[in-house]
Amino acid sequence: MDINNELIDKLANLAKLNFDDTTKEAIRGDLEKALTFFEKISELDTENVEPLIYMNEEVNVFRKDEAKTLISRAEGLKNAPLQDGEFIKVPKVIEQ
Amino acid sequence: MDISKYETVIGLEIHVQLQTNSKIFAPDTNSFGAEPNTNISYITLGHPGTLPFANERIMEYAVKIGLATNCKIERHNRFARKNYFYADLPKGYQITQNLTPICYDGYLPIEVNGEVKKIGITRIHLEEDAGKSTHDQDPNYSLIDLNRAGTPLVEIVSEPDIRSADEAYQYVSDMRRIVRYLGISDADMEKGNLRCDVNISVMLKGAKEYGERVEVKNINSLRNVKRAIEFETKRQIKLVEKGVQVERQTRSFDASNGTTFSLRDKELAHDYRYFPEPDLPQMYVSEEYIAAIEAEMPTLPKALQDEFTQKLGLSAYDAGVLTDEKEMAAYFCEAIKHTDDYKAVVNWLMGPVKEYLNKNNADIGNFALLPKQLVELIHLIKDGQLSFSVAAQKLLPEWIEQPQMSALNLAKSLNLLMESDDDFIEEVIERVLQQFPDKVKAYQKGRKGMTGFFMGQIMKASKGKADPKLTNKLLAKKLKEVN
Repeated sequence: MDINNELIDKLANLAKLNFDDTTKEAIRGDLEKALTFFEKISELDTENVEPLIYMNEEVNVFRKDEAKTLISRAEGLKNAPLQDGEFIKVPKVIEQ
Repeated sequence: MDISKYETVIGLEIHVQLQTNSKIFAPDTNSFGAEPNTNISYITLGHPGTLPFANERIMEYAVKIGLATNCKIERHNRFARKNYFYADLPKGYQITQNLTPICYDGYLPIEVNGEVKKIGITRIHLEEDAGKSTHDQDPNYSLIDLNRAGTPLVEIVSEPDIRSADEAYQYVSDMRRIVRYLGISDADMEKGNLRCDVNISVMLKGAKEYGERVEVKNINSLRNVKRAIEFETKRQIKLVEKGVQVERQTRSFDASNGTTFSLRDKELAHDYRYFPEPDLPQMYVSEEYIAAIEAEMPTLPKALQDEFTQKLGLSAYDAGVLTDEKEMAAYFCEAIKHTDDYKAVVNWLMGPVKEYLNKNNADIGNFALLPKQLVELIHLIKDGQLSFSVAAQKLLPEWIEQPQMSALNLAKSLNLLMESDDDFIEEVIERVLQQFPDKVKAYQKGRKGMTGFFMGQIMKASKGKADPKLTNKLLAKKLKEVN
């Protein structure tokens, strides 16, 4: 598969990341390697083989509907880059 | 502009927050209105190494709404990840059902202008809600509250079978009533328990192909469902009339002026890269499970309405109002176990009781008087011991304050019982006739219509307690004597 700048830009946009040209070049190399690997795997004939999604066959593993407090607000907000003790603050998403 | 040659094609996506104690995949409290970011957990925050753990209730609730809307139920359910980055979605993906919605191929019959129409239901799937972003509290930042993140949702997707704002209104209103009857959600639109996205396009009547559709979001009341559709229909027709192609867009409804505005254009179309969620085991809905849920389904509003009109002979209007709220319908059903006078019960509930509830911002669910007690009141009136107006205006408010009394004893102690004592009534008649000698003269000159006036005055003077039949008789006699 041809990894062009357009594809890298699209992926970057989906991941909300920005890359300069040098980084893009490096990413192109890495992605090509990864894709070549997957192309190799794709050579296997998987006709009539059900995709494996789950590592075990268990079904209906449910939790009782009981509310529990696992962490406090202060603990929860600790990892936010910016917060005011109540809310997590992020760059404005919608222009008013 | 000739609107009549166009047809509006509408499909609705309704998100219903399920009423559970804890969230869909984590045990944090599921409630509305808590302090920001207090109902969170490391699972909700998407911390590495944490795993989702499904709430047992979700399967039950989803099957209930599926059965109530004539859907087929998917036996083998999988969850999927819908990938996108947004600040109110900490994991970077929403867990939803993509390929295996738990309910599919259903319909809801709605009635608009006396005509019944089936609205197809494409699918109902389970998913988690995102957090809430506020954009107008801080000049430089958007504020994120993750209390809502992970709230269990069902998304109900209709076929594009709806053709008018009125039909859409009825559909949403019926759906809201059904989820309330099922007890799976409060479905309060203002609190966002029930949210509605409208997909809308216009085409010339009879056209084979639908026009380009626009999705309208952020509609927070039933009335606004109608307003948004009315505005958007006109906007699109105007464009088409000018020869401009309607663009596929997501727009937001602005309740302050009833218009819609563009949120994002199609060139930024999302690429959600769905894939199966391997962290959640499959959910299997067995035949026996469905049968068990079916057995405990409550009677739904439509069935109750039919029962009220066909078996009890109530009008369609009365049946509609009675079944609007589940608790009101239940109160009525309980009350008519004690009387055959269904219409009297309806009149009491729709009249004085409703008036009291509205005035005091109260619910029939915790109304002080039991259905049986209301019937006690109805019987007193029927037996001629109490007039309706005295019962409604004087006895009812007092009784609500002390419901442990019997209606009869309370009426006695408040001196509200009807007087059928000749002396009492004659005395009042005497007094009234003396008070209005000119009216008596008018009567004597042949104005027989004066009887009504005298009756009114007598009732007033007796504080509504004079037995009307007896009073009528005694008044006629008295007026003859005066003659």
